[in-house]
Amino acid sequence: MVLSLRPDISSGAFRVWQRNRDATLRNWKTEFLGIAVEPFAVILALGLALGKFVELENGEEYVQFLTPGLLALFPMFASTFECAWGSYVRLEMQGTYESIIATPISVDDVITGEIMWGTTRALVNGTYILLVALLLNPWLHMVDSPWALLVIPVGVLPGLLFSSISIAFASIARAMSHFAYFFTLVINPMFWFGGAFFPFEDMPRWVQIIGWFVPLKHVIDIYRGLINGNLEWSMLGSLAWLAVVTAAFYVLAVQLMRRRLIH
Amino acid sequence: MTAALIEANGLVKHYGEFVAVDDISFAIQEGECFGVLGPNGAGKTTTIRMITGTSPVTQGHLRVAGLDVAVEPRRVKAVLGVVPQDDNLDPDLLVRQNLEVYARYFGLGRETVRQRIDEALELFHLDDRAQSNVDELSGGMQRRLTIARALVNAPKVLILDEPTTGLDPQARHLVWQQLRLLKSRGVTMLLTTHYMEEATHLCDRLVIMNRGKILIEGRPHDLIAKVAGPQVLELRLPLSERDELIAEFVHGDDITVEQVGDLTYVYGGGEASSMAAERVGDPHRAHLRPGNMEDVFLLLTGRGLLD
Repeated sequence: MVLSLRPDISSGAFRVWQRNRDATLRNWKTEFLGIAVEPFAVILALGLALGKFVELENGEEYVQFLTPGLLALFPMFASTFECAWGSYVRLEMQGTYESIIATPISVDDVITGEIMWGTTRALVNGTYILLVALLLNPWLHMVDSPWALLVIPVGVLPGLLFSSISIAFASIARAMSHFAYFFTLVINPMFWFGGAFFPFEDMPRWVQIIGWFVPLKHVIDIYRGLINGNLEWSMLGSLAWLAVVTAAFYVLAVQLMRRRLIH
Repeated sequence: MTAALIEANGLVKHYGEFVAVDDISFAIQEGECFGVLGPNGAGKTTTIRMITGTSPVTQGHLRVAGLDVAVEPRRVKAVLGVVPQDDNLDPDLLVRQNLEVYARYFGLGRETVRQRIDEALELFHLDDRAQSNVDELSGGMQRRLTIARALVNAPKVLILDEPTTGLDPQARHLVWQQLRLLKSRGVTMLLTTHYMEEATHLCDRLVIMNRGKILIEGRPHDLIAKVAGPQVLELRLPLSERDELIAEFVHGDDITVEQVGDLTYVYGGGEASSMAAERVGDPHRAHLRPGNMEDVFLLLTGRGLLD
């Protein structure tokens, strides 16, 4: 049973999603505050304040360059926090998974529901940032093309991806402190070097080769194309790569969590 | 006779080299309260984990309501109500929400279970705490809520893994009272415990487990009569005086004498035991009392420290 590669999924996954929704809505004020304030801070501090000192080759304002990164980074953090720390707390400290799998819901349902919820948080976050960008558009020109609206549906894929990576890590973590490895070695390098803050093309060739494998870079490439309205075939390649990595980490997370909970 | 609700046949569980459950068989009938008594590490929780599908069976057969646990885990779990050893209530949800969200895991909508939840909250004296945070509840209240939660799907069998461990005596007695009430309503129960009193009070039938094996099975009072005898004589005497007393009064095939520290236990002494107690005349030094489950348990599993 544990070795079967085929996920055993039912409507139970949705029940797990509902549980997380209900738990989050109980604290919606705190939750909302974090989501609401952060993008403004970054737009002010980096986009406008730091942006004054930055001159881009193509004549773009720095805050414009920064927009795809904002749309990729904050949702990435939303799903990683939810499915790394949040999932670990539910798995290990609260015994929530244990209580759920005593009902007709399977481990695979739990993982799937958690990832769906992590993705939902990414989407809420991304949608909000896009709204802020559109709201500020008359002054800051952060969005150039109506294609930008596609950032929302396309955002499902990175949501699933970062949720899956995070929960795969949560399933092998043995202590809260282990997440330092995850954030220091995986998430933070992506944050800084994923192409959100400076053009990736300016990096040395070997960095670019490594960078090609970094999922966040592809997310930002796709978003940049959509926001500027410069659609390219390579964006489909990026989507395909994201899909492959997502599927791999999803299967990995399911396997690892089965091993953790069923023994 | 109807088919058993839970039926284990030659059940075995290995963890690598370690044998946690070693070829046990039992059957639990509808309406029965069945106890699994044993020290820590006896295999009680592992047995429960196999029934609830969180531990794959190494060998043997395990059926719940006629369904094979290995083949149809979801349908099996749908008819079980599980009270785990450690409360795992959802601290992110309010008391009533805990029950509603749990019912939803079974595919039961809020409207369907509204009345059932109202009744459960009332039965477990939690109706005025419905909108509280879970961590504001006392240990006993949390335990009762966990039991109430296990009932939201109207299970065929309620499985309780050490339901009163860690509770103070008042809270424990309240839980016992409520479990007896459930029993009188015909709820089938499987209960593990290392409290002898709990087993004697609640269980119609029980097994004693040790090191993964079932040592004995029967009705609590039958087991006490059979293993410990109706009366047990406890002696706290210097060795010479003790030997003299035993030589004079207490001898025969059915008599067991056990020395533990400064205490001597005499089982199965019958009339002779009461005469010996009378001779000493001091209840602190020679105490005659009815046999109990603890005697049975300790006689079978030994008085040594097992850890």
